[in-house]
Amino acid sequence: MAIGDIWVPDNHYFHHLATPLSHLSPLFFSLPPSLFCSQKTSLHSRLSYKKSLNIPFLVIFLDVMEPTLGLLGGIGAGGGGGRGGGGAGSAALSCDQTGLNVPNSEKDYMDISKESELELGLGLSLCSGGGGGVEAKGKGSAWSEYGRILTAKDFPNGFSAGSGRAAAGTKRAAADSVGSAEGGSPSTGVSSQVVGWPPIRAYRMNTLVNQAKTSNTEDGEGVGRDEKKENSKKKINHGNDKNDSTIKERDHLGYVKVNMDGLPIGRKVDLKAHTSYETLAQTLEEMFFKHPSRKIRSGKEQSMQPFKLLDGSAEFVLTYEDKEGDWMLVGDVPWGMFLSTVKRLRIMKISEANGLAPKFHKRNEKQRARAI
Amino acid sequence: MAQSFPEDVLEHVFSFLNHDRDRNAVSLVCKSWYDIERLSRRRIFIGNCYAVSPEIVIRRFPDVRAVELKGKPHFADFNLVPEGWGGYVYPWVVSMAGAYPWLEEIKLKRMVVTDENLELISKSFKNFTVLVLLSCEGFTTDGLAYIAANCRNLRELDLGESEVEDLSGHWLSHFPDNCTSLVSLNISCLGSEVSFSALERLVARCPNLKTLRLNRAVPLEKLPNLLCRAPQLVELGTGAYSAEIQSDIFSNLSEAFLGCKQLKGLSGFWDVVPAYLPAMYSVCSQITSLNLSYATAQNPDLVQFVSQCGNLQRLWVLDYIEDVGLEALAAACKDLQELRVFPSDPYDAEGNVTLTEQGLVAVSEGCPKLQSVLYFCRQMSNAALVAIARNRPNMIRFRLCIIEPRAPDYLTLEPLDAGFGAIVENCKELLRLSMSGLLTDRVFEYIGTHAKKLEMLSIAFAGDSDLGLHHVLSGCESLRKLEIRDCPFGDKALLANATKLETMRSLWMSSCSVSFGACKLLGQKMPRLNVEVINERGPPDSGPEDCPVEKLYVYRTIAGPRVDMPGFVWTMDERVSSRFSRATEGHGD
Repeated sequence: MAIGDIWVPDNHYFHHLATPLSHLSPLFFSLPPSLFCSQKTSLHSRLSYKKSLNIPFLVIFLDVMEPTLGLLGGIGAGGGGGRGGGGAGSAALSCDQTGLNVPNSEKDYMDISKESELELGLGLSLCSGGGGGVEAKGKGSAWSEYGRILTAKDFPNGFSAGSGRAAAGTKRAAADSVGSAEGGSPSTGVSSQVVGWPPIRAYRMNTLVNQAKTSNTEDGEGVGRDEKKENSKKKINHGNDKNDSTIKERDHLGYVKVNMDGLPIGRKVDLKAHTSYETLAQTLEEMFFKHPSRKIRSGKEQSMQPFKLLDGSAEFVLTYEDKEGDWMLVGDVPWGMFLSTVKRLRIMKISEANGLAPKFHKRNEKQRARAI
Repeated sequence: MAQSFPEDVLEHVFSFLNHDRDRNAVSLVCKSWYDIERLSRRRIFIGNCYAVSPEIVIRRFPDVRAVELKGKPHFADFNLVPEGWGGYVYPWVVSMAGAYPWLEEIKLKRMVVTDENLELISKSFKNFTVLVLLSCEGFTTDGLAYIAANCRNLRELDLGESEVEDLSGHWLSHFPDNCTSLVSLNISCLGSEVSFSALERLVARCPNLKTLRLNRAVPLEKLPNLLCRAPQLVELGTGAYSAEIQSDIFSNLSEAFLGCKQLKGLSGFWDVVPAYLPAMYSVCSQITSLNLSYATAQNPDLVQFVSQCGNLQRLWVLDYIEDVGLEALAAACKDLQELRVFPSDPYDAEGNVTLTEQGLVAVSEGCPKLQSVLYFCRQMSNAALVAIARNRPNMIRFRLCIIEPRAPDYLTLEPLDAGFGAIVENCKELLRLSMSGLLTDRVFEYIGTHAKKLEMLSIAFAGDSDLGLHHVLSGCESLRKLEIRDCPFGDKALLANATKLETMRSLWMSSCSVSFGACKLLGQKMPRLNVEVINERGPPDSGPEDCPVEKLYVYRTIAGPRVDMPGFVWTMDERVSSRFSRATEGHGD
């Protein structure tokens, strides 16, 4: 038995190797395929077994920005020092901070089942192996905002991922709109940006993005650059650089890091999934400022929550570092321009944000914000 | 038992065994061989840093000089593993700092490294020579400054594709003036500009420098300065390959390349200006490895350049090469072993280039040594796959990504089962396979039947039922790593093949139908597996037992459950029933 890595255990394993797996319960030996023809065997009584899943379905998590559960302190998980590792202590989740009110008793579980029908509905529909898209009962439910389980029925014309840039970034809007509709029908035609597909390393994606950004916004003085054309013309132009000040709707992988003052571990957010500051701010709020009670409220109430990160009335402000390394307040330049120049985000304490350039035209006079 | 050989003799014999697998085999023969081997092992490779603890490693191998560790699962490359999941090198560095004062080499992949870790490394190991950080994260250029300043005999510093927080380029200047030992330097992932004069002086005083991969900020006009000072280079990664079109820049560049008689590998090429490609013509025939995967050059410039490289063995390129370019490649580069074609515009459904399955078929026909393929395209057919399989039974790695999930054979609209079946049936030495397109359980039956040497399998949006997973787990005897996303695989196959999981390094399943109850059962019954449930939306027990978990990562380990898990990762072990409130009873029959 060739083991390519360190997992060759100590001496006492030798006799196990001689008689492989004999110490294990016969329950777990490989079962013949005939098992899958029968509905009931003694094995099945041991398993949490509902029904076989014969329907191909797609599980699409439309939201790459799942709310972080790990940033708001709580139970220390031990281990790890240093900057990255040290976050482990404060990175553990306090279960009470989830939106789902982790039940401490059977009774709590029953209450949950009434209030958050969607979560359970999601699970049940999956496990019963059928059903169409999950009907969003209320926008307040965590599940509806962050994912939908679709089946092949939702795609009568076949699945199409990533088709149409105009739809990019609308997945959240679509999910929201589905959520707020009364028993809304599953939103077909949403070009679902599937997380991690196609399987290209983030490093490579960001590099291609940065090349595209550079060619779009740098001044050219006869410098030949390859530049992508949008939509109508599909080929890259050689040669002539365009001093293009109008930022076209660019196609890019917009994962940027988001750090919040006071939290050692940052998150990443996909800017490509957004078309406006509002949705971005909302996402970040949900990511960093979890309010469990909000999750259970109805959808309409939630949509009227102020976007605290943008209006400067809260304790934190949202800032970003641009291509030139300057820290700016988010929200003052057109969204497209923001997309093309943002490098990363920081949720800054308002006390540290004084001196950031609030307006675009004051750029020359601003001071640099303190570095992180 | 008779003493066959004195220990010294055995140790001498073992010193010829460098490969891990050989050493592992030797250690199983008998107790004395085990002891002799473990005392003389100098290099260790740990494919999953959580499979074993630093203490166990140090106890068994007391005198190690080179350590290689891997952390996060492969799908972390595609943002499927949430940040904060783990993979911290910290406990390893701390333990090794005390136990291995003579440690020389540390190679890490997909691990979290901090500046403090780097500082500790730089100060703990007097003979430290090699630091390789592939796809790592968590450190800044300040950490690199420690390495540069304190590692007197540093030979290799490779930051391959890591996420480095770039505070400034000043760290490079921390290499002391008497540092002349560099053999390999890869800073291609860094964004900010390093001081060019410091770089120039560093390159000039390191006569053994063989590999130099610059970052994008190094301008093309200055490249000749470096090449002239390092004509012995074997591998060069350029910076941005663009400059104003000026004849003196061109001639300087050409002349500099002319002097690089040893050059075999080229990479870099951001922002390519095609007019400067011919400056490298003098070295093209020497080149065996060419990475143009960031080069946005197009045909005819692109194919013209590639065709000059008749001795090419490895080519990474964007899909701008198109079918016509691949046909030219097939004609010109008969030594080609590895081809990777990346998409220039992954999110464009129609595609802006004419790259189809035909290009790959052409290369498989024309290049008899082709054994490793990574190919992104937008259409595929069973016929093409069958042709490729028949052309290249020597294929070892075959990774095909059809950009649209569940895309069928575009000619017949059938699933691609037959095509991939042909691949596994004909390519008997296949070690690694990634599949895409429309696939049913049938393809897994083929894989389980034929892919006996397969070690790593990646599946996405495929299959119909648990039978598919069962075929793989029960049939693929050599399987070490299995990663699955968005497939309708659930509890049955997983639990029925639980013992198989102990023979593998790891299993990743995300967006599948594995229930929380099954995860618990698996964790409870298999103490030598870590069964980790990743649920970012909330604890997995907040729904019913048969509710599917979001992501599941199962790996064998002798270190027990890890202690550094973030809040969204739960480990299923025998204590799981006390941690979660509900009793673990099965739900009905």
